[in-house]
Amino acid sequence: MRNPNEIVADALNAIHTCPDLPSLEQVKAAYLGKSGQLTELLKSLGAMPAEARKTAGARINEAKQAVEAALKSRRDALQQAELDRQLAAETLDVTLPGRGAGRGGLHPVSKTLSRIQALFRSIGFEVATGPEIETDFYNFTALNIPEDHPARAMHDTFYLQSGELLRTHTSPVQVRYMETHQPPLRIIAPGRVYRCDSDVTHTPMFHQIEGLWVDENVSFAGLKGVLADFMRNFFERDDLPVRFRPSFFPFTEPSAEMDIGCVMCGGDGCRVCSHTGWLEVLGCGMVHPNVFRHVDIDTERFVGFAFGLGVERLAMLRYGVDDLRLFFENDLRFLKQFN
Amino acid sequence: MQFSEAWLRSLVNPALDTAQLAHAVTMAGLEVEALAPAAPPFNNVVVAEILSAEKHPDADRLRVCQVDVGEATPVTIVCGAPNAAAGLKVPCARPGAKLPGIEIKVAKVRGVESFGMLCSTRELGLEGAADGLMVLPDDAPVGEDFRTWLNLDDTLITLKLTPNRADCLSMQGLAREIGAITGAEVRLPQIAGVESRIQDTLPVQVSAADACPLYLGRVVRGINAQATTPRWMAERLERGGIRPLLAPVDITNYVLLELGQPMHAFALTRLNGGIEVRLARAGETLELLNGQTVELAPDMLVIADAGGPVALAGIMGGQPTSVERFTVDVFLEAAFFAPAAIAGRARRLGLSTDSSHRFERGVDFGATRQAMERATRLLIDICGGQPGPITGSVAALPQRQPIALRLARLERVAGIELDAGRVAHDLAALGMQVDRQADRLIVTPPSFRFDLAIEEDLIEEAVRLFGYDNIPAQPPAAPSRMLPQDETVLADDTLRQMLVDLDYQEVITYSFVDPAWETALDARARPLPLANPLASQLSAMRTTLWGGLIETLRHNLNRQQVRVRIFELGRVYTSQAEQPMKLGGLAYGDALPEQWGAPSRRVDFFDIKGDLERLFGQALDTRRGAHPALHPGQSAKLWADGRAIGWIGVLHPGLVQAFDLPAAPVLFELDSRVLAQRRLPRHATLSRFPLVRRDLAFVLDAGTPSGELLAALREAGAGGVRSIDVFDDYRGKGVAENQKSLAIRVVMQDTERTLTDQEVEDAVQMLVDAALRQCNASLRA
Repeated sequence: MRNPNEIVADALNAIHTCPDLPSLEQVKAAYLGKSGQLTELLKSLGAMPAEARKTAGARINEAKQAVEAALKSRRDALQQAELDRQLAAETLDVTLPGRGAGRGGLHPVSKTLSRIQALFRSIGFEVATGPEIETDFYNFTALNIPEDHPARAMHDTFYLQSGELLRTHTSPVQVRYMETHQPPLRIIAPGRVYRCDSDVTHTPMFHQIEGLWVDENVSFAGLKGVLADFMRNFFERDDLPVRFRPSFFPFTEPSAEMDIGCVMCGGDGCRVCSHTGWLEVLGCGMVHPNVFRHVDIDTERFVGFAFGLGVERLAMLRYGVDDLRLFFENDLRFLKQFN
Repeated sequence: MQFSEAWLRSLVNPALDTAQLAHAVTMAGLEVEALAPAAPPFNNVVVAEILSAEKHPDADRLRVCQVDVGEATPVTIVCGAPNAAAGLKVPCARPGAKLPGIEIKVAKVRGVESFGMLCSTRELGLEGAADGLMVLPDDAPVGEDFRTWLNLDDTLITLKLTPNRADCLSMQGLAREIGAITGAEVRLPQIAGVESRIQDTLPVQVSAADACPLYLGRVVRGINAQATTPRWMAERLERGGIRPLLAPVDITNYVLLELGQPMHAFALTRLNGGIEVRLARAGETLELLNGQTVELAPDMLVIADAGGPVALAGIMGGQPTSVERFTVDVFLEAAFFAPAAIAGRARRLGLSTDSSHRFERGVDFGATRQAMERATRLLIDICGGQPGPITGSVAALPQRQPIALRLARLERVAGIELDAGRVAHDLAALGMQVDRQADRLIVTPPSFRFDLAIEEDLIEEAVRLFGYDNIPAQPPAAPSRMLPQDETVLADDTLRQMLVDLDYQEVITYSFVDPAWETALDARARPLPLANPLASQLSAMRTTLWGGLIETLRHNLNRQQVRVRIFELGRVYTSQAEQPMKLGGLAYGDALPEQWGAPSRRVDFFDIKGDLERLFGQALDTRRGAHPALHPGQSAKLWADGRAIGWIGVLHPGLVQAFDLPAAPVLFELDSRVLAQRRLPRHATLSRFPLVRRDLAFVLDAGTPSGELLAALREAGAGGVRSIDVFDDYRGKGVAENQKSLAIRVVMQDTERTLTDQEVEDAVQMLVDAALRQCNASLRA
C-alpha cells in the first residue's frame, strides 16, 4: 500500500497549482473519484488483517479529509477570483450622466397661480372660472360701473368688432357665480384679463385672481385678516409688514389698496418700490350693495368682501423677475430658470 | 393733481413735516404719488444787479462785472456769459455758496479776482435749463435771498386721486379734506361780491336745463389782456402744472385750481348775439382752442351763439371766440354741467382737459357764484375793466338727501365698534350735516360731494377717517367644511404636471394673434377681430393654439435652441358662447435630449402619439383625417367618447416653408375637458387560471391601417380573449410588394376555469375568419 501521506502531499501540490475550477474537478477525480488514488487505497483495505485495517483506515480517512479541505479552500479561492474578475469587467463609469427622456417645467405665472390657489383652497376657497370674452353687462354694469362712468376710462378696454369685450378684470366671475350660487360662498377666480396698454410695465394680457367671501359674519376686519395671512404665507415671511389704504372701486365699498413692505429692499427703499418701502399688491373692499342687488342677495343679511390681485406682479416679486414682458416672450432660457 | 405745498399750507397748516403730511394724506385715501422739490438744493444765492460789464483784459470771452449784491460796495465778478450786460438783474452765487455740483469760492480768473458767480438756470438746476444768465424782472429786489424771493423752498405734491373724489381737485377742497384728516384749522379764501359798474349783460338761454342746471355769466369791459400775470399767481399755476399764457386765461385757470370751478372767458365782441346752452345738432363742427376741429354729436352739450357752437360745454372753448392779447371786453362763464352730460364725450373726441376731468366727476354747484366773484375780482385787480352784473339761469340742481347711518351696521361692516361721537365729529369735519340719534346718525352730504348717496358711502367715510390701520386684522370664523374633490376629473394643475413629466415646457402666449397665422393654418378659420387692436399682429382672437406655439418655436430657434418641446393650456375663442379650453403642444428637434447613451433621432409622429397615450392612460382612438395644417399622411384625428376631440400630426411641408422653419415640428391640440375625464377605478376579480398567449402574423394590404385590423379582431367576439395588440409591423423580404405583415399578440384567460385547447383553437379560428372577412388579411404562411 502506498503511503497515504505521500498521496496527500501529491494531491495538495496538485490542488494548489490548479489554475481554474475545471482542472480542480479533475484533480478531485484523480484522488477522490471512483477510481481515484485514495478511493483505490480504501478498496485495498479489505485484504488487510483486521488490526492493520483499522489503523490504515483511520489514516486513509484523515488523508481524505485533508484533501477535501484543500479542495474546498482552493475552490473558494478560485470562485472568489472568478467573481472579482467578473466584477472588474463589469465596472461602469458611474459619473456618466443618466439616460432617457428629459423633463419640462411650468411657466412661472402658472406656478404662481397654483401657489395662490393652493393657499386659498387651504382655508376653504373654491375655484370658479368665467369667460374671457365678456359682455359689457358682466364686466361693467353688474359691477356698478355704468356707461360713461369715469372708472371705465381707467380700464382701457379691448372691444371685439361684434361689440363684446375682453374682460378687463376677473371680477365678472363674482357676478356670474353669485347668479347661480347662494351664500355663504367663498371663491377665487383665476384667469387671463386684457387691457389696451403695452409698455415697459404693461402687457396687453395678464393674469388676475379674484376672491370673494360672502357670509353673515364677514367684515372689513375679516378682509384684512385673510389678506394679511395670504401675503405672509405667499412670501413665507411671518413678519411681512402690510397696510391698507382707502381707495375707490365702483364694486366695493369701503374699498382699499393693500401694500406690503418691499420684499426686494426690506422697506429701506429701492427702485422696485420707488423708494417708498411699500409695494402696492392688490385692490379689495366690501362688496357694494348694488352688486348684490344685481344678483338678488339680501344686503341686510349678508356682507361680503372681494379682492383682485395681479399674478404677474406677485410672480415678479417672488422670483425676482425685473421685466414683465419676459413672461410672454416664452424664451426657453428664461422659462427653464423656474424648473 | 399736482400742486404747491406752500399754497396748501397757506390754507391749512397741520403740524406735520412734508413726509408726515404725505403719509397722513395717503393713508386717508388721497395717494401721494410723488413729492418733488420746487428747486434742487442750493444756498447763498442772492438777487443782484450788474452795474457794469467790461471786457476782461486778458480774455476775449470773459467780462469783468461790477455787481450790486445789496451791500454797501459792489463786488467784482468775472463772467463768461455772452448776455452779461450792465443793468441786468440776475441771480448771484456768493462765495461759499453750494450749487448743484459746484461750490463757489473766491478765485482768480486770468489774473482778475472774482467774488462769486452770476448764474444761469442750468447752473441752479431750474426749469428751462438754458445757458446764458437767468434774467430777472426789473422789480426783483437786489440783495434778497434768491430762494426766498422765488419761494423755492416749496414741494410739488402729486396726488393720484380716485374718480370719486372730485372735491379734492382744488386747493379749497384739499384744504377741507386735510383739515378733517389732521384736525388742523382750515382758512378758506374769503370771497366778497364785486359790485357791478356797468349794466351790460349778454342774453343767455339754457335750452338743456337737465344738462346745465346752473349757468352764470358776466360781462367785463375795458380790460388790458396783456397785463402781466402776478408772480405769485404764475408760480402757483406753474407748480400746479399749468403754463401761464395770458392774464385773463391765467385767472380762470387759477380759479379752477383754487376753487375747482372750471371757467371760460369769451371775447365778447366775437360772439354773435346772445348765447344758448343746448345740445349739438347733427353735422355741426367746432374749431377748438387747441386748433383741432371736431365734429359734434347730438349728445354733446355746446355753448352756441347765433352762428353756431362757440364752446364745447365743460370741455374746451372754441378758437374763434377765445380771448387774445388785444381783447378788451370779455364774457365770463361759470356753470354747473351735470356729470352725465359731460362724461365720456371728451374721451370720444380724444380729449382730456382739466375742465372735463372735473365736470365728469362733479363740480361744487354751491360755489359757482363764489367762483365768478373770485374771477371777477382777480380780473379787475390785474387787468382792470368794468364789471357788469352777474346774470344767470338756475334750474333743478342735484338734491342732497339725508342718509341714515346705523351704528350697528357700521360696526358689522367694519368688524369693530366705532365711537358714535367720533364718527359724528369726523363726518361733520368733512362738511356733512350730522343729526345724532340714539342708534343712528342722519347725515346730509354737502354740495361738493358727488359720491355720498347710501349708507355704505358713509361707512367708508367713517372707517377711512378712523384709519384702516386701526381696524384689527381678524380672519372670519367659518364652519370647517371640506371642499369637493371630483376624482373623475383631473385638475388642470395635474394635467400640466403630467406634461412637464413628459418633457414639455409650459408656455403662455397671447390670446390675440396675427389673423394671417390663423388663415395660414386653416383657410376656413374666421377668427374674431378686435375693434381696437394694439397692432395688426395682435388683432384677432385665436381659434387654435398652434399659431402661438409655432411663433414660440421660431423665437427660440432664433436664439440657438435646437430642441423645443412646449405646451400651452388655454382657451381658444370662436364666440362669446364658445371659449373652450384646449391643450396644445409642439415638439421639434431630437426625440431625446442629446446624450451619450442613446443615438440621436428626430422626434416623429409616434413619439408624440406615445406621449398622448401616456397622458390619456389608455390607447388613444386615432383615425385618419385631413387637417389643412398637417401632413396628410402623418396626421390623425383624435376621438374619445364617440366624438372628435382634436388633432395630432406633423406640420404640413408647405407651412414649414411658409413659417420659414428648418424642419417640421409635430403638433397636437385637443379638448382638455375630455382629456381630464377619468374613470373611477373599479376592481375586477383576478383570475387564478393560466393565461394563454397566441401570436398571429397576418399579411394584408399595406394601406390598411392596423387599427382597422385590431378593431375587427376585438369585435370578433372570440371567447376568453383579454387583450389583442400589435407587436410588429413588417414589410420587405418574404412579404409581397404592397403588403405588410402585422404580428398580433392575443392573450386569453378565463376567470372560472382553465381554457381547453379546443376553446383556444376555436377562438383563434374566429379571429382569423374575422381578419379575412373584414380586412382581407390572411395568416402568414
